[in-house]
Amino acid sequence: MGRDLLRFATAGSVDDGKSTLVGRLLCDTKSVLADQIEAVHRASVDKGLATPDLSLLVDGLRAEREQGITIDVAYRYFATPKREFVLADTPGHVQYTRNTVTGASTAELAVLLVDARSGVVEQTRRHAAVLALLRVPRVVLAINKIDLVGYDEALLTAISKDFAGLATSLGLTDVTTIPVSALLGDNVVERSPHTPWYEGPTLLHHLESVPVAGPEVNAPFRLPVQYVIRHHATDYRGYAGQVAAGTVAPGDAVVVLPGGAQTTVAAVDTADGPLAAAGAGRSVTIRLTDDIDLSRGDVLAAADAAPTVTSELDATLCWLSDKPLRPGARLLVKHGTRSTQAIVGALGERLDTDTVTWVEAPGQLAINDIARVTLRTADPLPVDDYAAIRATGSFLLIDPPTGNTLAAGLVGSPLE
Amino acid sequence: MTAATLDALDALESEAIHIFREVAGELERPVILFSGGKDSTLLVHLAAKAFAPAPVPFPLLHVDTGHNYPEVIEFRDDLVARLGLRLHVAHVQDWIDDGRLVERPDGTRNPLQTQPLLDTIAEHRFDAVFGGGRRDEERARAKERIISLRDAFGRWDPRSQRPELWNLYNGRHAPGEHVRVFPISNWTELDVWRYIQREGVELPSIYYAHERDVFRRDGMWLAEGPWGGPRGAEELVHKTVRYRTVGDGSCTGAVESAAGTVEEIISEVMASRLTERGATRADDRLSEAAMEDRKREGYF
Repeated sequence: MGRDLLRFATAGSVDDGKSTLVGRLLCDTKSVLADQIEAVHRASVDKGLATPDLSLLVDGLRAEREQGITIDVAYRYFATPKREFVLADTPGHVQYTRNTVTGASTAELAVLLVDARSGVVEQTRRHAAVLALLRVPRVVLAINKIDLVGYDEALLTAISKDFAGLATSLGLTDVTTIPVSALLGDNVVERSPHTPWYEGPTLLHHLESVPVAGPEVNAPFRLPVQYVIRHHATDYRGYAGQVAAGTVAPGDAVVVLPGGAQTTVAAVDTADGPLAAAGAGRSVTIRLTDDIDLSRGDVLAAADAAPTVTSELDATLCWLSDKPLRPGARLLVKHGTRSTQAIVGALGERLDTDTVTWVEAPGQLAINDIARVTLRTADPLPVDDYAAIRATGSFLLIDPPTGNTLAAGLVGSPLE
Repeated sequence: MTAATLDALDALESEAIHIFREVAGELERPVILFSGGKDSTLLVHLAAKAFAPAPVPFPLLHVDTGHNYPEVIEFRDDLVARLGLRLHVAHVQDWIDDGRLVERPDGTRNPLQTQPLLDTIAEHRFDAVFGGGRRDEERARAKERIISLRDAFGRWDPRSQRPELWNLYNGRHAPGEHVRVFPISNWTELDVWRYIQREGVELPSIYYAHERDVFRRDGMWLAEGPWGGPRGAEELVHKTVRYRTVGDGSCTGAVESAAGTVEEIISEVMASRLTERGATRADDRLSEAAMEDRKREGYF
């Protein structure tokens, strides 16, 4: 077993020092190479800055550098001897819902930054609500700029308590608070000499030691079929897909949905040979004992704990498009490996992300709105509540004429 | 090892295989862009694993600048024969010969690849083009989607990219448009080398240390060749070198290295202080936003 891989996201408002924190993690893990550092120095001098602006490491597009803002999610990579990291760096101000939802959708952990001088603010509540809605399994509250508040333990305890109240109300169960100074490096990679009262891990140590596996690992087996592999010379027929949840092994009783046929797993194949079992995240090819009709779009699931097959969905939408959503709209749903038409029914309550309360249904949804909705689909879909299994509880809404992605959909109401 | 835990290379491999299968399932005419470099060779290896025991269900496309290393062409032809693949070659020279392209004064043909690529995509109506781009290579690439839309002119618009959520990829496009697909987006250079080592992936011999006559230009060691050089005061010297990327011979530099095995290359990469593009690709040094500009025009 080599190093494993943690996918995590950062979130925070404009001046919380997020880009500096990311730059600090990259620099202090020696993930930034000489020519990149040199490019940052050159660009910082060009901009008339006295010290290198580490955020330039992250801001990749011309418009971002010119405007000094981060527009889009950027992916960053670093590694330690223990673990590799894929970091989705999500900008805070422009289209924060779109970016935070995107970054959080693949994250097993999120680092949420607050400024020690201002504590939990409106933006913190918004970001925390999105992280809770997307069911990011673990959250780190990084209280940044502790150098600017004199490393004051009482103040940091107060912020931590304030956030704990918010976290409880949102259902965020796994929260770790770490006081840091991204600028000076306190408790990011190295333990700070200024916070003797803090007994927890540094940020990097925490990132290195949390379990990488999400709740999918212990959920019932799910595999959306991507492709049927046929090899005539060897009379081979297997169903290719990535294990979305749970574990699959030869001999397991499975059901094919939405059709409902029951059968047994004959083999779990890979190009390197058959496996005794495969867990969530592994791409495999399943052979079945019975010759049944099965194609892309079908879901293989544990026979004794199958998803619900339905064409009436109660869901929560994160609306990501400038084009508003009105009741009665005809759209495409992409769920797992199946796409089907859908008609939007009634719009339900909208989440007021400033107060984190559900408020009265709007007439239409605008960009960055989060709201409950009912959908009727042309084909029945095998779904789980997003809160139970993210992979079979998530879907996209797509605009048929342009093909654009309009919304992130979550089955059920994952934020209660 | 339990079924539930994947190491980093297993996780990256499974992600890439998932992407290949999604595209095979949803798009009509995919093609793998193949340069003979390590990243595109890795793509072919992963595609073969994604569809085993059946053959890879799409062809390769090589945009040939004509400024090649013979070892790479030989390697390409062996790989194609061994895996029973179909290969399309777009020769930049053909575009120059019939006047659609004009040779640049500096002799570099990397920027000339874009038009033959787009013309060939249009001619064959390819709707999904796999590339070996990685997000860790360059800052503009860090914002690239795994499945990324190109308009009818092959252009990338970084300001209006579709959000990419969970592992639900959206490859929808209008007729004449296509998508670029980057299955190894999340791999680092070190991941690529470790995986090559683990899987015993064969690469062109120029990746490993060898003796070659080279000359110094713009801070890089370039090989003698039909692309022009050495010129003027540039002096040929005999060195032990290897290549970190395979590109147009006129602008792809060798590095001095004695690393003759994958293990030695991994040690070298770990100790390296320069990114692979910064060290050896003149085309990325042209401006602060060189890669972004070329990507917007349809380059890989």
